[in-house]
Amino acid sequence: MTNWLPKDFWTRNETLVAGVIIAFCVLATLSDPRFFTITTVSDLLRASIVIGILAVGAMLVLVSGGIDVSFTAIAVFAMYASTVFFLAVWPDAPWPLIFVVSILIGSLLGAINGFFIAFLGLPTLIVTLGTLSIFRGFLLTFIGSQRISALPPSMRDFSRGVLARGTTEAGNFYSIPWAALALVFVIVLTWFILKKTMLGRSIYAIGGSVESARRIGINVTWTQFFVYVYVGALAGLAGIIHGSVGRMADPFSLVGLELSVIAAVVLGGARLIGGYGTLTGTLLGVALIVIVQNSLIVVGIPTTWQSVTIGILILLGTGVPAYRAKRAAARAG
Amino acid sequence: MSSERDTAFVDLRAITKRYAGVTALDSVDFTVQPGEAVCLAGENGSGKSTLIKIISGVEPATEGTIRIAGQERRTLNPRISAAAGVMVIFQDFSLFPNLSVAENIAFATQLSTHERFYKAHATKEIARKALERIGVEIDLDTRVESLPVAQKQLVAICRALASQAQLIIMDEPTTALTEKEVRRLQGIIRMLKEEGVAVIFVSHKLAEVLEVSEKVVVLRNGKKVAEGPASEFDTKSLTYHMTGRDVPEVPPSDIMPGAETLLQVRGLSKAGAFEDIDFDLKTGEVLGITGLLGSGRTSVAKALFGLVSPDAGSISIDGKTIPTGDPQAASEARIGYVPEDRLTEGLFLNQSIVRNVAVGRLDAHANGGWLNMSALVDEAAEWLKRLKVKAPDIEAPVQSLSGGNQQRVALARWLSRAPRVLILNGPSVGVDVGSKADIHDIVRDLASKGIGVIVISDDLPELLATCHRILVMRDGRIIDALDGKTVSEDDLAHRLAS
Repeated sequence: MTNWLPKDFWTRNETLVAGVIIAFCVLATLSDPRFFTITTVSDLLRASIVIGILAVGAMLVLVSGGIDVSFTAIAVFAMYASTVFFLAVWPDAPWPLIFVVSILIGSLLGAINGFFIAFLGLPTLIVTLGTLSIFRGFLLTFIGSQRISALPPSMRDFSRGVLARGTTEAGNFYSIPWAALALVFVIVLTWFILKKTMLGRSIYAIGGSVESARRIGINVTWTQFFVYVYVGALAGLAGIIHGSVGRMADPFSLVGLELSVIAAVVLGGARLIGGYGTLTGTLLGVALIVIVQNSLIVVGIPTTWQSVTIGILILLGTGVPAYRAKRAAARAG
Repeated sequence: MSSERDTAFVDLRAITKRYAGVTALDSVDFTVQPGEAVCLAGENGSGKSTLIKIISGVEPATEGTIRIAGQERRTLNPRISAAAGVMVIFQDFSLFPNLSVAENIAFATQLSTHERFYKAHATKEIARKALERIGVEIDLDTRVESLPVAQKQLVAICRALASQAQLIIMDEPTTALTEKEVRRLQGIIRMLKEEGVAVIFVSHKLAEVLEVSEKVVVLRNGKKVAEGPASEFDTKSLTYHMTGRDVPEVPPSDIMPGAETLLQVRGLSKAGAFEDIDFDLKTGEVLGITGLLGSGRTSVAKALFGLVSPDAGSISIDGKTIPTGDPQAASEARIGYVPEDRLTEGLFLNQSIVRNVAVGRLDAHANGGWLNMSALVDEAAEWLKRLKVKAPDIEAPVQSLSGGNQQRVALARWLSRAPRVLILNGPSVGVDVGSKADIHDIVRDLASKGIGVIVISDDLPELLATCHRILVMRDGRIIDALDGKTVSEDDLAHRLAS
């Protein structure tokens, strides 16, 4: 075996997911050569930005040993509330300010989750199920339930900003929006936190064993609190990008997406029991889900089969490694 | 005496601890010198855990003075205690299964130096140094979850060393280790002692820790009842001090003449587990099956009860063959099996004591789909009384009981089914000395009533105290069949290991 590959390379979820993605791309290209073009890539990338940012947050929560289902509600709340606020107060505000406010609102809502989970020690699923409903209900009742398409002009400017654009020889248009940079920024920042800070390592440690973490003196309460605030901030960012790029503040959007996002993260190898999860895996999982949602039609599978396909992928992608681990354990015992 | 006090690393004087009116520790003096190994012995509830909690700062003492590293500690918490060099290695090791060996060793150190950033290189350096100190090589990048138990323990020791441990407290360090691993641990402890690191063992298994200990302290009912150089103690005198009574182990009485063959096992084989297992069990006989971990002893026990499907061979009771690999058939043939790991296989831990017994008799008290609850509970309660389960309330969850009492509950469930053959896998694992002798009494008593008992164990004195015959297994085969009356412990140990 080659040395530069990690020892468990062939048994990792990441490898499996990457394999499925490659297989799908080959299949898609064979059935329609137009699939493998820069246009497709840029389309998929655009579709990945919001899901990707949300997935990074969801991954962090899974690593810490919890689960968060409220992040989509936070995202839409932060997006809609900041849009409404600026339309009323200062419609000509620059987009970075609107973004910062959305991120702050997201952090605040995340802190509410964090308070219940870290300080009161309540189960994460129950808390976030509750806040999902509360955040959404509060938004629709008190802030508004109208779709707003007349966004502050700076948000539209943001959505027009592109890193690269062009037309292929075949005449297909492609563009990569500024928002892609936000995803890159989130990835780099999260990578830094997880890999290079004691805070990040503490998140892994807590996910591995809360009791052991307490015993060696990790501040479990504040670490957990940080996780939920950070996830809230990411949701605020994802929400405002979603609104800007879609050029519409829709209070009914995003909610319902949380299970797909968690599915992407789990496909990438994060475990629901906590302690395991990588950025690479998460991004591959997102890529796979996005490809399935956008390109199944290319290989001749009707779009109505989307959720069936995603379900099968989850069962295979998480079931095969789990089954293998069980077999290995049985042999060892 | 006063000079001894001055040099002591830990010096506790007249420590008393009361919990809501219950005195857990009663004016106990306790010292540990640098580089000294102390064996802290005592039954469950003797106060040894409380003493450890006080030294490590988890619980405050009600009265008394604590000096650690020459300083009087009026307030003590785990952080202060750890900073002074007191490290506790819990029975579960408190490691992070998902993190690498290097990180597990270095994490606590990096926290105590208030590092903000994680440096992989420095982490490995800390871990490498700690591993070098005890002369062990473990791949630093391996995840701890994939290490065997013995290596996990070494990682836990290294973590303590990396955090500048002056005193390492080990809770039941040898329970899960094989003999070879125990030897290695003993070697490491000797090395640490030479470096001036003190060690406190808290243990049920006494013989192994006596070898490396200088001092023995025995607690009973919260009082220090014996203290002295380890050389003055042996297993027997320790047992006496721990229980406050002599626990004579009477060898089993003879099998009744004319006992009939009850269980016949012929040619039982399973690839990779055991091969060609042949033996008979008479009514009223206690048969021991022993062997090192991995010798196949547990697989055979499970196969007898149908939990493991053999590839070949037969099991018959009273000449009637019963289907193999079918626990229900085994149960109907009145074979009972009390597993080794009560916590995960044998008991419903958070269910009540009485329910844990009653579950064995659901079928007997079922009447057309309805349960006769009162008869069921009465019968279960009767069995609990007969086995002398000490419980304030039979409705309390089973996990609130001590190891010995839990084992009795497991036994009660099976005995209520009037078994003809009872398989006990590790009947006294995690049970303290006094209860152990009681369980042996129960085993002998069962045999005298005509039940055939199979005891699976690697505790040699236990086998000698209970068994008429002992089968020795190695690599899945029976290599010896010995008479329990004539074989000596040394001889048995030799046959096991050779």
